[in-house]
Amino acid sequence: MTFDLEFFNLGYLDTLSNKDTLVHRIDPRIKIIVSFIFILFVVSFQKYQISSLMPFFLYPVFLLTAGDIPFKAIAKKVIVVSPFALFIGIFNPIFDTNVILTPFGIPVSGGWLSFFSIIIKFVLTVSTAILLIAVTSFPGICEALERMKVPKIFVIQLLFLYRYLFVLLDEALRMVRAREARSFGSRGKEIRTFIRLISVLLIRSVERAERIYRAMLSRGFRGEIRVLRRLHLRYFDIVFAAVSITMFYILRNYDAVDLIGATLNRLLR
Amino acid sequence: MSHHIVELKDVFYSYPDGTEALKGISFRVIHGESVGLVGTNGAGKTTLLLNLNGHLIPTRGEISIGEVPLSKGTRQEIRRKVGFVFQRPDDQLFMPIVYEDVAFGPINLGLSMEKVDERVNNALEMVGCLHLKNRPPHRLSEGQKRSVAIATVMAMKPDILVMDEPGSNLDPKSRRQLINLLKGFRHTKIIASHDLDMILDVCERCIIIKDGKIVADGSSEELLLNETLLEENNLELPLSRQYLYVKRPF
Repeated sequence: MTFDLEFFNLGYLDTLSNKDTLVHRIDPRIKIIVSFIFILFVVSFQKYQISSLMPFFLYPVFLLTAGDIPFKAIAKKVIVVSPFALFIGIFNPIFDTNVILTPFGIPVSGGWLSFFSIIIKFVLTVSTAILLIAVTSFPGICEALERMKVPKIFVIQLLFLYRYLFVLLDEALRMVRAREARSFGSRGKEIRTFIRLISVLLIRSVERAERIYRAMLSRGFRGEIRVLRRLHLRYFDIVFAAVSITMFYILRNYDAVDLIGATLNRLLR
Repeated sequence: MSHHIVELKDVFYSYPDGTEALKGISFRVIHGESVGLVGTNGAGKTTLLLNLNGHLIPTRGEISIGEVPLSKGTRQEIRRKVGFVFQRPDDQLFMPIVYEDVAFGPINLGLSMEKVDERVNNALEMVGCLHLKNRPPHRLSEGQKRSVAIATVMAMKPDILVMDEPGSNLDPKSRRQLINLLKGFRHTKIIASHDLDMILDVCERCIIIKDGKIVADGSSEELLLNETLLEENNLELPLSRQYLYVKRPF
């Protein structure tokens, strides 16, 4: 029952976001801005650069350890999305066969370099995005977006997505179980029944939407959801933002790995 | 408006597909009265309740609540007076956190943030769920969801409480707590339910509807103990009154 497992997995990310650690306490706005800038920096590297990207793992690793998030939970989710990145880069080694590096006498083509560069960038950006949710909680992100003047309609969409994702999944889970209980072998599991299942789910959701709308109207909804404002910037948040963005800037402009290598070289001699 | 009177005069309602759900319903509920609405599935209970809050507007007939006649123009005003607890708490709780959900109504009433906070805390305290304040609704048990759903309505301080199946899907203890909670409210109450024992406990008056018409309207004690009347309407005696003496097998 992979479906069941996936379902509980989804709730797991939500459980993680309820922890109370140093990173969880940082203002969500700051975390969003810093993570966004982080992603911009990572993406700005040229396609053959690999070594200078490495120090950027500091940021996701910091979120992971300081946020007390289990590595496995994030790794799994990154792997689930990885085919996208793999297929973007998969043809690079075939088309780009210029030999650029020959470490220890092994020729390495530009294609392989750019392929790994894509994979590393992918791991960095996606793990940061997932970690951001794991250490902030979805409602926290929504509130931050609202405070950052993102159009309300989008924020409300996100809020409802989060709230009803679980309800809808629960509903789907019950339907899948009901089907399983009455289907034997491959009978009853044809694509035909699956299509029916999906369509029933859609109709139920539409009906549910109607009921929710009624519930909203009866509590005075007039086209606007006013979210409570609880966020307060603290001194620490600003320090965190300043330090991390400066770090990104330094790491982007000075190749830390190269510098460490050169220093070690000098010391050894 | 100290008199929270609900009055229906010959109310008809047909759904857009032509189904006639209400066929001439008239009754009057006075201030502070609690009324149980009883009938089989599809008798028109939910339709009737939706009419009381202006979600549906009668095709014929008149509804007035607190002396305000219901129409498209007065719907907003009526919704302030009528607190509606829906059948499924998952539909009622739509905000990501319990606190925000309870605050939704009061904020829409235009109250200041301090007042909102006070109302939310009071309402949650009243239903015994203050400790759930920062939880997401999808992490609550069915009974907790139900209590929070009632809190969302209580936070708006309605004059009249309308509830659709408040006791369904609850375990015996949660159900008992709900009954005690409902008994404690001084509001005018209109409760639709299949749980006849609960109606007997909470409501002094009972209305039986069948096929969109009122068949009987009177004191709960009288109607719910009238076996022939109940059986005619596909209902049965409340469980607590079914067998006073259990016969031993010998």
